[in-house]
Amino acid sequence: MVASLALILLAQLVGEALARGAGVPVPGPVIGMGLMFLFLLARDTAPGLPRLLPKPLTDGTLEGTARVLLANLSLLFVPAGVGVVGRLDLLRAQGVKLALILLVSTAASLLVTVLVFRAVARLVERRGGDPDA
Amino acid sequence: MGGDFSLWVYLTGTPLLWLTVTLTAYVAADRIAAATNRHPLANPVLISVVFVGSVLAFTGTPYPTYFEGAQFVHFLLGPATVVLAMPLYERRATVVRALVPMLAALAAGAATTLACVIALARLLDLPAPIIVSLAPKSVTSGVAMGIAETLGGDPTLTAILVILTGIIGAILVTPMMEALRIRDMRARGFAAGLAAHGIGTARAFQVSETAGTFAGIAMGLNAFLTAILAPLALHLMS
Repeated sequence: MVASLALILLAQLVGEALARGAGVPVPGPVIGMGLMFLFLLARDTAPGLPRLLPKPLTDGTLEGTARVLLANLSLLFVPAGVGVVGRLDLLRAQGVKLALILLVSTAASLLVTVLVFRAVARLVERRGGDPDA
Repeated sequence: MGGDFSLWVYLTGTPLLWLTVTLTAYVAADRIAAATNRHPLANPVLISVVFVGSVLAFTGTPYPTYFEGAQFVHFLLGPATVVLAMPLYERRATVVRALVPMLAALAAGAATTLACVIALARLLDLPAPIIVSLAPKSVTSGVAMGIAETLGGDPTLTAILVILTGIIGAILVTPMMEALRIRDMRARGFAAGLAAHGIGTARAFQVSETAGTFAGIAMGLNAFLTAILAPLALHLMS
């Protein structure tokens, strides 16, 4: 558990340092996600590496920690969400207009994204690939 | 009363109280969501926020006091983003196979969101700083606030719009996809993550792990693309 957390935080820390250092518009944790992906790939392909690593990183504990965090992803947005309640006064002046824009644009965003994904997937997968839904 | 009050003063001075309130509210909200069979309207983020918000209003607690306790939960957003790598890694073959549809949907989705937001805001005659604050609202909050600030918007307003967008998207996505009869969980998840960032991703993980994986990818890619497209779109549509 501690080894898993240490590795996760390390990936985030390095990601944060890279993001700030290079000034790219990607959040540090997203770069950390990429680093974690590379770690998993190296762990499972480089011969001999698993023996050098602490056991929790190879016996599924790391994956278990990830599962717990992702299963409760909603919880992590609560503190920021509570902050919104306190600042709803900022919306008072333009509240109705903003609500309308958020609703329409979010619906449009979902609609276009899903339809384009499906259309292109059908096009690509008809030419050889096997569609897996 | 004097004794009770000093106990209250003691408890509100430590992170323990508000951390406990946050976790308890979430556990209750999650139970409610589970009891409704994960009905989209019973969004656990929304219910928890209403619970905690009521407690804060009732006790007259300022947000910074609350956040001293809640920051430990908030902090975990970073590590949770990092561990999106695990489902991504497990499904890497599926993801690589879907690369072309993903990139097409990303470009179309990001452009549509920006165009739609800016066009509507102009139509409704909103002032320019509010339009700038609105533009990055589908992107994860840290990046969205950065975009708004750079372009002359109000980052606090952006943060609020981002959270509201997340909740709206998480509520809309399932009924919309069912109405359209879209069963491809990759497409559904990708749309949720693109339109509604982490809150949409949390919803997608409730529905299916494949959907959650694609939502996480969409969230990361859209943060990158919108950061590039937002200044361009604001310039073109001004």
